[in-house]
Amino acid sequence: MGAKVVTVTSGKGGVGKTTTTANIAAALAAAGHRVVCIDADIGLRNLDLVMGLENRIVYDLVDVVEGRCKLRQAMIKDKRVPNLYLIPAAQTRDKTAISPEDMIEVTAQLRRDNDWILIDSPAGIEGGFRNALAPADIVLIVTNPEVSAVRDADRIIGLVEAEEKDPPKLILNRVKPDMVRRGEMLKAEDVLEVLAIELIGVVPEDEQVLTASNRGTPLALDGRSRAGRAFQAIARRLMGEQVPLEEFAAEDGFLRRLSRKVRTGGQPA
Amino acid sequence: MILDWLRGRERGSARTAKERLQFVLVHDRAGVSASTLEALKDELIEAISRHVEIDREGVSVSLTKDRRRQRLVADIPLAERRTAKH
Ligand SMILES: Nc1ncnc2c1ncn2[C@@H]1O[C@H](COP(=O)(O)OP(=O)(O)O)[C@@H](O)[C@H]1O
Ligand SMILES: [Mg+2]
Repeated sequence: MGAKVVTVTSGKGGVGKTTTTANIAAALAAAGHRVVCIDADIGLRNLDLVMGLENRIVYDLVDVVEGRCKLRQAMIKDKRVPNLYLIPAAQTRDKTAISPEDMIEVTAQLRRDNDWILIDSPAGIEGGFRNALAPADIVLIVTNPEVSAVRDADRIIGLVEAEEKDPPKLILNRVKPDMVRRGEMLKAEDVLEVLAIELIGVVPEDEQVLTASNRGTPLALDGRSRAGRAFQAIARRLMGEQVPLEEFAAEDGFLRRLSRKVRTGGQPA
Repeated sequence: MILDWLRGRERGSARTAKERLQFVLVHDRAGVSASTLEALKDELIEAISRHVEIDREGVSVSLTKDRRRQRLVADIPLAERRTAKH
């Protein structure tokens, strides 16, 4: 029945949208699904670097929209996983170069021959965000356990609801379990209670995220790091599998309860 | 005692963060700032006082939420009826 369009967004910048997009895409493709990523952060192209595809860019999303190339020509094939493609953002243009209708049109062409289309959204709540949101079937909101990131996530949730999309799902990234244990960092339960949305994954703070982006190889391609495993779990949940929350997160009673809710797709109490 | 100590540790900055977030988000979501709420309270007191004698000091106007639904709650105590029949 065609691809699902998943938009990864956040409100606040620097919380891990690009990292999340690259890793979920890699994990879905490694599971044999056909995946296309679109970098919708026009003017601040980054997904190509994190995926390690920066040297192969000839055409970009704006070239497609403005008719300078065929869609196919702007799709860069991943080096490691079959069935993984990237449509890069333009680096020398700004977000006004494309419209929400353009995004709907481009994704419409991709839906038939793919399983997943992942859109990496720019930060903010303006044009670029609206472009990324327009074609979304599923919205994933990335946040960090930190007051300003959570506040911005709440703003985005309101805007997604106003567009009459399905309620977004939350990824809590950069959790430090030892700080949570000391009561010095918001825990997943707190953030969910405040935002009142469903959780799809918790990703720990992990140095491997940086080494992976240094190398341009998404972590989720192997399960050797904690963050990589957390991203793999999110991909499996997207594919409809019931995956319990990762061990590091399920350290106390309520998170175990939470992990049951995630598995059953229920709302946290 | 150990329980007290453990509970004490629970009261770290995360708790403050959560409380501050809950407060600020209620106002964000309603698009009503704390100062707007104060102005609204003053006007309510004036309007209601024209009809009913109220305990001005006891009036409170606040925003609350249940899940994502916002509510404006006004609690307006009436003045003691000193002239009531004995
Ligand atoms: N789980 C994590 N652990 C450690 N560093 C992370 C994690 N997630 C993201 N980062 C780092 O945070 C920075 C911002 O991430 P990025 O994905 O570019 O955010 P965004 O796209 O939201 O601006 C990058 O340096 C990235 O390596
Ligand atoms: Mg980014």
